[in-house]
Amino acid sequence: MSAAKPDLVALRDLKVAFDGVQVLHGIDLNVAKGEALGLVGESGCGKSVTWLAALGLLPGKAAVTGSVRVDGRELCGARRAALEEVRGGRIAMIFQDPSSSLNPVLRIGRQIVEALYIHRGLRGDAARVEALRLMDMVGIPDAARRFDLYPHEFSGGQCQRLMIAMALAGQPDLLIADEPTTALDATIQAQILDLLNTLRAETGMALVFISHDLGAVSQVCERVCVMYAGRIVEEGSVAQLFSEPRHPYTRGLFDAIPRIDGPRDRLIPIPGTVPNPKHLPAGCSFSPRCPRAVDACGSDYPHLEPQGDGRRLACTRPVPVVTRGDAERRIPEGLMS
Amino acid sequence: MTALIEADELVRIYEVRRGLFGRSSPVRAVDGISLAVMPGETLGIVGESGSGKSTLGRMLLGLDPAQSGEVRFEGSPMPKYGTSGWRALRAKMQLVYQDPLAALDRRLTIAAQISEPLDIHRLVPKEHQAARIAELMAAVGLRSDQAGRFPHELSGGQRQRAVIARALASRPKLLVCDEPVSALDVSIQAQVVNMLRDLQEKNGIAMVFISHDLKVVRNIADRVAVMYLGRVVEEASSDVIFRLPQHPYTKALVSSVPIPGKPLEGRVILQGEPPNPANRPSGCAFHPRCPVARDICRTSVPALRRTGNGRTAACHAVAGETASVETLRRRA
Repeated sequence: MSAAKPDLVALRDLKVAFDGVQVLHGIDLNVAKGEALGLVGESGCGKSVTWLAALGLLPGKAAVTGSVRVDGRELCGARRAALEEVRGGRIAMIFQDPSSSLNPVLRIGRQIVEALYIHRGLRGDAARVEALRLMDMVGIPDAARRFDLYPHEFSGGQCQRLMIAMALAGQPDLLIADEPTTALDATIQAQILDLLNTLRAETGMALVFISHDLGAVSQVCERVCVMYAGRIVEEGSVAQLFSEPRHPYTRGLFDAIPRIDGPRDRLIPIPGTVPNPKHLPAGCSFSPRCPRAVDACGSDYPHLEPQGDGRRLACTRPVPVVTRGDAERRIPEGLMS
Repeated sequence: MTALIEADELVRIYEVRRGLFGRSSPVRAVDGISLAVMPGETLGIVGESGSGKSTLGRMLLGLDPAQSGEVRFEGSPMPKYGTSGWRALRAKMQLVYQDPLAALDRRLTIAAQISEPLDIHRLVPKEHQAARIAELMAAVGLRSDQAGRFPHELSGGQRQRAVIARALASRPKLLVCDEPVSALDVSIQAQVVNMLRDLQEKNGIAMVFISHDLKVVRNIADRVAVMYLGRVVEEASSDVIFRLPQHPYTKALVSSVPIPGKPLEGRVILQGEPPNPANRPSGCAFHPRCPVARDICRTSVPALRRTGNGRTAACHAVAGETASVETLRRRA
C-alpha cells in the first residue's frame, strides 16, 4: 500500500447520517502525499459524501462523526477558520458540473484572481500574471484574450479546465475531483484525464478521483477503493483490482461493463438494485445481490481486513484466486510489467 | 426486403438568435442525412453532443419537420405531424428518452401510464386491459405488485423499464431510443440493455439506438452510423466499425473510450472541441481537429462514399469509390 510515503489525509471511522438515516458506515482511508486514489461505486454508495463530510461541506442536518486528519490536524468538528485554511489551500475540490460551480455574472479572470487573493494574497498585476499562467497550464488557448470573458462563453470542457485552474490557485496538496468528466463528451473526457495526469506530474499534488467509470479511474489512479452502500468493500492497486477482483461486487462491476472490443455478447448484469439506505439488508449489504452469498452473509457484516497481498477486503466468501495462467490471460495489456 | 423506415436527404435548420436583439443565424442541426433501417434491425447512432443525433431521432418519428428531404415508413411517405394519419402511425413507432422521470407522469400509477397508449390507440378492449398490462410489465421485468406504484417510488432502472413497457404497449415496429441507459448505473444499465435485446429478438422490433456511449452501442447495434456536426461521417456494421474504424473522427472516438486497465498513453487524444454548429468550418467540418487533414479538406466537403464491404465513409483520406452514395442512389 502506501507505507513508503507519509499520509496526507487520514480518515478514521468516518460516519454520516442524514435525519437519522446512516449513509456512511465508518470509512477508514489514507491518502499519501502525491498519490492518485480512485473511489468507485454506483450512485448512492457514499463516494462523494465521504469527501464532502471530510471537508465540512455537508448541510447542517448531516451528523458527521469520526476523525479526519490532514497532516495530523483534526478537521472533524474543527472551527470554521481551521476548515477554511484547509479548504482550497491544502485540499481543493472540483465537481461534475463545472458551469454551476462558476459564477455566471463574473468574468472568468476575476474569479481566478479572487481565488489567488484568498489563498495566496496575490493582487493586481501579480495576480493577473499568475491567473494567466494557470489558464495556460490547464490548456486554455489564447488566455490573455479570454481573461475577460464570462463562463457562458466557454464550452463545457473549457469550463472544467477553468475550474481546475481555480482549484490549482491555492497550490493544494490534494485535489479531489468528483466525477469531473461525467458531463463531458468522450473526446473531451480523454483530454481532461490527460490534463489531470500532466498536472499531477508537474505539481506533485495528490489526487482523489471519484467516478462511477472504472475505465476512467484506471487511466489516472494508482490505487482504487470500491464502495458499496456506504462502506469500502475492496481496496487495492489498480493492477491488482483490475486483474483479479476478489470482492464479488467488484467482480460484478467489471463484468457489467460492456466491452468495445471482442464479440457482441450478452452483458452480465448484477441482479437486483442498490439497497435503500433506510432499509439496508442485515449482514453484508451486498449479500442479496451476491452470487456467492451463503446464509452467514445475511447475518454478519464482514469487516474490511488487510489481505496478504496488500489489498483490503470485506468479504467472507471472496472470489477465489485464479491460477497463474488464467490471471495472465485476463490482465489487460499494458498492466503487465 | 424493403426498409421499415427510410430517410432521404433530411435537413433540419434551426434559427438561433444571438443575444436578445441579435440577428438570427441558421444552425444546420441535421444536414442531409440518408439512412435506412430494416425490419428487426438495430441501427446505432453515435456522436458527441451537438452532432444532431437527437434531432435526427425526432425527425424519424415525424416530431420535428424536415425543411427538405423525406422520411418513408414501410415504403410510404410519413404523414404530416399532428394529422390523424400520423397519429395512427405513431402506434407503430415509439420513442424512449434518457430521463424516465421526466417521461412519466408523476401523478399516475405505473399501470395507468402503461394503459394510456392502449386507450389512445383503442388497441385492447377494456376487459382485457389489465391482462395486457400485466403481460407488458412481466416482459420488462417489473413485479406485478409495482403496478399501483408511482414513479417516485421506483428506482431509476425500474422507471426506465416502465417507460419501455409503455412504449411496447402498442406493439410498435420501430423503437427510437435516445440515450435510454445513459442515466443508469453500470450494473442496472447491463440489465436494461439485455432486456432491450431480448424484447427486440422476441418481437422483431427495429430499433434506432442513439447514444454517446460507444461500448453500449457496440453491444446492441447491428449497424452504426457516426455523426459529426449534422452529417453521417461513417457507417458500417458494429462488428467492424469499432475494430477497424476508417474515418479519423471515428478512430478518435473509439480511442477515447477508456478501457479498464488500459493506460492513457498511446491513445489518440483529439485536440480542440466540437465546433459550434452555427459556425461550421469550411470544407470537411472535422478538419480543424483532424490529425490527417490536407489542403483539400479545408475547401471541399467530402461526400459519403462506399469504401467496400458494405461500409461508407465521408473522408478525403479514405480510399473508396469516386461517386458518392447519393449520386449512385439517384442513378439507381
